[in-house]
Amino acid sequence: MIQQRESFLNNIAKALGRDVNMANKPELKWQYNPQSSTLINLSKNELLQLFKSQCNTIHTNYVVSKVADLKNELKHRVELNGGGPVSLWKDERFAEFGLQSLIEEEWPALNVAVNEWNPDIGAANLTQAKRSNVGITFSDMTLAETGTVVLFSNSGKGRSVSILPKTYIALIPQSTIVPRMTQAAQFISQKVKNGEAMPACINFISGPSNSADIEMNPIIGVHGPIKATYIIISDR
Amino acid sequence: MPIKISNNRFKDIVHSNLQDQFMRSSMSGAQDGLRLSRLKIINELGDWEEWRSHGEEIRKHVLENLDYYLNELSDNVEKLGGYVYFAETAEEANRYIEDVARKKKAKKVVKSKSMVTEEIGLNKHLEAIGIEVVETDLAEVILQMDNNDPPSHIITPALHKSKEDIRKIFMEKLNYTKTSDPTELARHVRETKRDDFFTADIGITGCNFAIAESGSVGIVTNEGNDRLTTTIPKTQITVMGMERIVPTFEEFEVLVTLLIRSAIGQNITSYVSVLSGPKRMEDVDGPEEFHLVIVDNGRSKILGTEFQSILHCIRCAACINVCPVYRHIGGQAYNSIYPGPIGIVLSPLLGGYDDFKDLPYASSLCGACSQACPVKIPLHQLIHKQRQVLVEELDEVPIQEEVLYKTFGLGGASNVLYTTSTKMISSLMKTFIKDKKYISKGFGPIKEWTSNRDFPIPKSERFRDWFENRERRIKE
Repeated sequence: MIQQRESFLNNIAKALGRDVNMANKPELKWQYNPQSSTLINLSKNELLQLFKSQCNTIHTNYVVSKVADLKNELKHRVELNGGGPVSLWKDERFAEFGLQSLIEEEWPALNVAVNEWNPDIGAANLTQAKRSNVGITFSDMTLAETGTVVLFSNSGKGRSVSILPKTYIALIPQSTIVPRMTQAAQFISQKVKNGEAMPACINFISGPSNSADIEMNPIIGVHGPIKATYIIISDR
Repeated sequence: MPIKISNNRFKDIVHSNLQDQFMRSSMSGAQDGLRLSRLKIINELGDWEEWRSHGEEIRKHVLENLDYYLNELSDNVEKLGGYVYFAETAEEANRYIEDVARKKKAKKVVKSKSMVTEEIGLNKHLEAIGIEVVETDLAEVILQMDNNDPPSHIITPALHKSKEDIRKIFMEKLNYTKTSDPTELARHVRETKRDDFFTADIGITGCNFAIAESGSVGIVTNEGNDRLTTTIPKTQITVMGMERIVPTFEEFEVLVTLLIRSAIGQNITSYVSVLSGPKRMEDVDGPEEFHLVIVDNGRSKILGTEFQSILHCIRCAACINVCPVYRHIGGQAYNSIYPGPIGIVLSPLLGGYDDFKDLPYASSLCGACSQACPVKIPLHQLIHKQRQVLVEELDEVPIQEEVLYKTFGLGGASNVLYTTSTKMISSLMKTFIKDKKYISKGFGPIKEWTSNRDFPIPKSERFRDWFENRERRIKE
């Protein structure tokens, strides 16, 4: 439902000295376009190096792993961050990247509670995520310039997994790394223009939560995760 | 008037703030740090001037086509299942939000930081009808706990408070028992506020930029409180100033790039969230109901005027971070929720000249603000225009100033009077000279100046005499 639109827009048009325009799409004819040339000539390896250097700036640990080592690396990183409980997305990529046995067998055998996002249990997912020590998601797109992972929410990919637990771990296939937010914006905008369904939430996440609100002192960890780790998967 | 933050006189607040050494060192320290970080990060980006020009053309285009884009945005929010309310006034916006709260039988709302909700006085309105309002941004928590102390900066609103002040506030209001270490203080807020997100009926946010093509709202933060505010409560209300909109994701990205670098001197914040309507049927978390309140509150009166470009502002505070006047008097001196150069231009336009007629004179017109603005708003020229409006249209000239300029006009029109008076100045001033170095207690036109700082003594030789003597010396 939309309320009071007509009079509101009429006021605007009147102030602009013309009739209201709700039908004729204005042409986007830009004279400048600096974003299209920023960082676009970097090789795959240079993008990785840029991404890694940015991790230091955003207070985020990173490690590069091959698919074959990923299971042990993830297990190790969870231990380093204090262990479970662990919350993670219901995401086919966990199986594709060989993590199913860790999730279904090894962690339970070690008494590490695993809460896979489960649409059938509704709000109980949030309670589990709130109690979790570590939240784990894959990155859907990754931005080299800023060390950013981009997450598209859906039924299995709850927003809470990356914000409620104390530690956030992102699994980042190197193939998802693009130069900067420009490429993500172009990708999303194209989807909109194609009439594809938008996720209700897209999160661009760059490291742990932080603040400088007290005497401009940097504080890591406020409402969101206190620690963040990126595991970059180099051969996928 | 919610834009106005106190009933104190501008002069009185300035005088009092100039005695506050902590506040002054805090402002100057923050300005220096943010300015240097900003310069470094914009250099890393590459051709900053081209980015600024692109930002300017985007903002100009949006304002010129605002009706089209607001129509497109609202259509798209509705298609996603959201509600859109166009509020011409603060009262209308508050009343609509009150109605939503009443329908939801809401007892508690959580808020992430939002200037426009400050502008419309939403907290007071909701509290007056018995709803608990919980601010969740760390600085806003501090200010709310300190008897709703007003903000002193757009990006870091509690900049005027020391960590010892904050510790004391938390001890009184949040049962805090630890030290003044900033991390310990922040952890306490994390612990005490976490449950509020789960017990709140409504989450209220502002909006950095709405995206017309998709019906989305974009929110940029560092702390993650906006993410919790928009993820956990069942109802989300986002309030936006009507001008905070872009056509597509591509312009959103450009403005976010400009905003973050200009605001905090980093190339990114921890979180940039793009939210499109309520959660989808199959989603688990996210709001079941989404309301977008688009606020005019005086903005349309600025459209089509010589001040239109002030609506290009993206609220980065870069102008505040370079302003030499803000540096000394602090944000609260402007008596507006919008301090610094942006506040000087915007506050009288939104809040009226009666309350803010002193502000246009709180500027050196040095132009640093215009140079810093990432979307090239000619701020110092707009401040100058504000002075013109005060003098030429509103006849708001202080009587002393009027007498002074009339006298100067008379004196300047007569050679005899001008020569006599300028020769007398040096002798007259001798009475006020302290230690033969400076004047510390002036009179007439320099009284205001010397109430805050010293005035250099006039030379005994007038410029004209010096010039004539110089010519003579050269000929000899």
